[in-house]
Amino acid sequence: MSIKKHVKLGLSALALSISFNSVAAEDPIKVGILHSLSGTMAISETVLKDTVEMLIEQQNAKGGVLGRELEAVVVDPASDWPLFAEKARELLAQEEVDVIFGNWTSVSRKSVLPVVEELNGLLFYPVQYEGEESSENVFYTGAAPNQQAIPAVDYLMNDIGVERWVLAGTDYVYPRTTNKILETYLMDQGVAEEDIMINYTPFGHSDWQNIVSDIKSFGSAGKKTAVVSTINGDANVPFYRELGNQGISASDIPVVAFSVGEQELSGIDTGPLVGHLAAWNYFMSVDSDANYDFIDQWIEHTGDEEAVTNDPMEAHYIGFNMYVEAVKKAGTTDVDAVKDAIIGVSVPNLTGGYAAMMPNHHITKPVLIGEIQDNGQFSVVWETPSTVAGDAWSDYLPGSRDMIADWRKPLFCGTFNTKTGKCGASAGEMAAEDAE
Amino acid sequence: MGIIRSLTLMLIALTMVSPVAAQDQEDDPGQALLINLAEARPAQVEEAINAIATSGDVRARSWLDAYGSNRLSQIKDSGRIVIVLNNRGRDWTIADPLTGEQLGEMSRRELNRININNAIRGQLEGTLAMLDLDAEDRKVRLKSAEDMMGKVEAPLVEPLEQRLEVEEDAKVRERIAAALAIYRVGEGDVEAVDVLAGSLHSRARAALNNAAASDNPELVTRATQALGTIEQKLKLNSAAETLYFGLSLGSVLVLAAIGLAITFGVMGVINMAHGELIMLGAYTTWGMQQLLPNQPGLALILSIPAGFMVAATAGIIIERSVIQYLKGRPLETLLATFGISLILQQLVRTVISPQNRTVVTPEWMSGSLVINDALSLTLNRMYVLGFALVVFFLLMLIMRKTRLGLEVRAVTQNRNMARSMGIRATRVDIMTFALGSGVAGLAGVALSQLTNVGPNLGQNYIIDSFMVVVFGGVGNLWGTLIAGLSLGTINQLIEPWAGAVLAKIIVLVFIILFIQKRPKGLFPQKGRAAEG
Repeated sequence: MSIKKHVKLGLSALALSISFNSVAAEDPIKVGILHSLSGTMAISETVLKDTVEMLIEQQNAKGGVLGRELEAVVVDPASDWPLFAEKARELLAQEEVDVIFGNWTSVSRKSVLPVVEELNGLLFYPVQYEGEESSENVFYTGAAPNQQAIPAVDYLMNDIGVERWVLAGTDYVYPRTTNKILETYLMDQGVAEEDIMINYTPFGHSDWQNIVSDIKSFGSAGKKTAVVSTINGDANVPFYRELGNQGISASDIPVVAFSVGEQELSGIDTGPLVGHLAAWNYFMSVDSDANYDFIDQWIEHTGDEEAVTNDPMEAHYIGFNMYVEAVKKAGTTDVDAVKDAIIGVSVPNLTGGYAAMMPNHHITKPVLIGEIQDNGQFSVVWETPSTVAGDAWSDYLPGSRDMIADWRKPLFCGTFNTKTGKCGASAGEMAAEDAE
Repeated sequence: MGIIRSLTLMLIALTMVSPVAAQDQEDDPGQALLINLAEARPAQVEEAINAIATSGDVRARSWLDAYGSNRLSQIKDSGRIVIVLNNRGRDWTIADPLTGEQLGEMSRRELNRININNAIRGQLEGTLAMLDLDAEDRKVRLKSAEDMMGKVEAPLVEPLEQRLEVEEDAKVRERIAAALAIYRVGEGDVEAVDVLAGSLHSRARAALNNAAASDNPELVTRATQALGTIEQKLKLNSAAETLYFGLSLGSVLVLAAIGLAITFGVMGVINMAHGELIMLGAYTTWGMQQLLPNQPGLALILSIPAGFMVAATAGIIIERSVIQYLKGRPLETLLATFGISLILQQLVRTVISPQNRTVVTPEWMSGSLVINDALSLTLNRMYVLGFALVVFFLLMLIMRKTRLGLEVRAVTQNRNMARSMGIRATRVDIMTFALGSGVAGLAGVALSQLTNVGPNLGQNYIIDSFMVVVFGGVGNLWGTLIAGLSLGTINQLIEPWAGAVLAKIIVLVFIILFIQKRPKGLFPQKGRAAEG
């Protein structure tokens, strides 16, 4: 580029900033977006980057926050877990962002944790996860196990009469922890050990013949059987295909999934899957005006009439609005002030209710069970009567039963043991320790 | 599939003969029946369904079908019931359930879906099966009799017995008898156990399992006996099933590896972008289906030559632009082609989308071939198995019987000698690499029917492909076939007791040990070629 062009560009930028100076009088509020745009996780995370960008645009159209404009700072951690930590450092130390929206997998969050705690940043994490964590600097807007897995199992047990359980998952931390919680929970409810079958498969598993055949024979023992699936992402498509081809219908053996949403279903023909279930806190098919408006905006933003919305997108919607409210309440973007102000903040969700930030940095959510339909959407068949508050420490794991998290003073601790009365290591310290 | 269904729905709606004019809608008894269903509380839904089923209305079947497929909706303002013909997107096409008249499009916001869940759908299937039991078509009767199994309740017993008396088809009779027996075993009838003794059907087995756990001692012994014989039969079936699973996984491995057997095995090029060539083939299938949206089957068949061409062209470009300059430098080739693989992946992500693409399975490829109640072979995998064998033998033919094959063999055995005989070695290199790449494209077309079509497709197969080629013996096509099929079978044999994760590891360890013992694989090349 020639110098002349540089000058020209600079001049036009100057002209622009003069014409819009009413909002941009002060420095903009910098919003970091830490989602993979390349690599294996790009399939799930790119839409979340687009969601935050859309929310920022909308907020700016309303005049920004505290008279300041919002500005997105997008980085690409490329599905590479250590790179997440580096990029988080870059966002906080060099770009000096005020808040970060990001991460999908638990391992990437664990990699970022020590950095956000060290540099005192704010991170909004939008995905359902295994719990057992509460960091001073992280806000968990996705579901904890008690906001997804446990209510789903309750529904199957009480409304469908399931007595025999297959817990199928991908082999990594989220399914393993969730299945451990579910196994304890089921045993507490009087399910015998031989009525629980647990199966793990590698990431991206594509040959499901044997496992589906096993599930089929496990299900012909006379008791009503269901599959609780924590199978991750891509691997679901061949799994569901095999179910359909081997003729397992939802009325014989229903499958309830925790990681299958509208996004995943858009990759398959859902005809043979009608009636299989998913548990989330939001479905695109939810009948509320807030949701219809959000879908309209999303389609307009992406320019794709077929674009779908999903649960983690709603989580970012809630998290973003909570941040905006907290900044307004605190009157500043100072991290410590926002951290204090955000507890107790309540904003509308997309299902027609409200989400509130709890002292343990988790939020309240309704739990919905949906059945897959032939148009790739879910129809809601059951929901909790009221919202459920996220539990950072599960009541169904021996080590975590006595732990609580409360980020209000005087407790101000994410790992408080009620038996010993002591506050343990912070989430970031634990993650750093595990990494070594 | 979705389109076909909505078309049939539309047809049903259109062909419904209506004796009533629009203004008489209020008087149409159908209106009351539908409103009754729409506004029923959960406990009353069954009653409302039965009221429709027994109304004798010719349109009843189409209403219940629409309800079962989640397509009955109520307009929020007027309370009018409509059938949704197309429920994709934000505006839905609706029709009048009474007259079949199309009412145009309406926003999703204005419509309230009449909810149905699994429990109600189960009841509905039972009700519909009862309606179908008198159908003319034998297939419909057979399906309805099968749906009846495990769903029979007291009020259905009498009509079923009547049907059993007049039914002529042996297969349908057998199903109805089994359906009745399942009900009777559930009620504690000891004699009924004999009817189920030979059945391999999972619902019959479920009924017997329940009986074996009851407190009636006679029933328990009889049911346990019956289960014993069934177990014996099942063992045989499950052995056959495992073999099929193994061959099917093996055929996938062979397909993925066979192109590599040419480029790596014959030419000696370590091509890490092989997986991405497979991916290109899969994306070609997707593209073809976009061009021919209503004919997924035809598109799939056309994708076979198209996928070959696309991947072969990509192969030629890779060969000309990179690989030819790195001849005899395996480490550099490995790194360079790995770079190409990343570039191709990201290219697809940016140009098409990071999301997976939907590739439709044509009707004739979905479902399974039912051998008996316990053994059914999935059709899509059977086609892939056949396709893998066809590709293999064609390739064999090319290498053995054509001039190109002869030249390829000559160049790989002794490049200089071949050149001095007048063979244009560079041209042969290009052709060979294009052939191997094209075959990878074919693999992609087949894999689009089994797995995700997305940017990561290739990564999942690259390691497996190298494993198969090395295990089979580099440079030997037969070795690749035998290696692929046997690795697939071994994997499926281990999987039931070791789990999928461990099975993969065991196979890998097995190969490592095997290579220690026989470094040149199953079928090492012999003679002078081996030294080259």
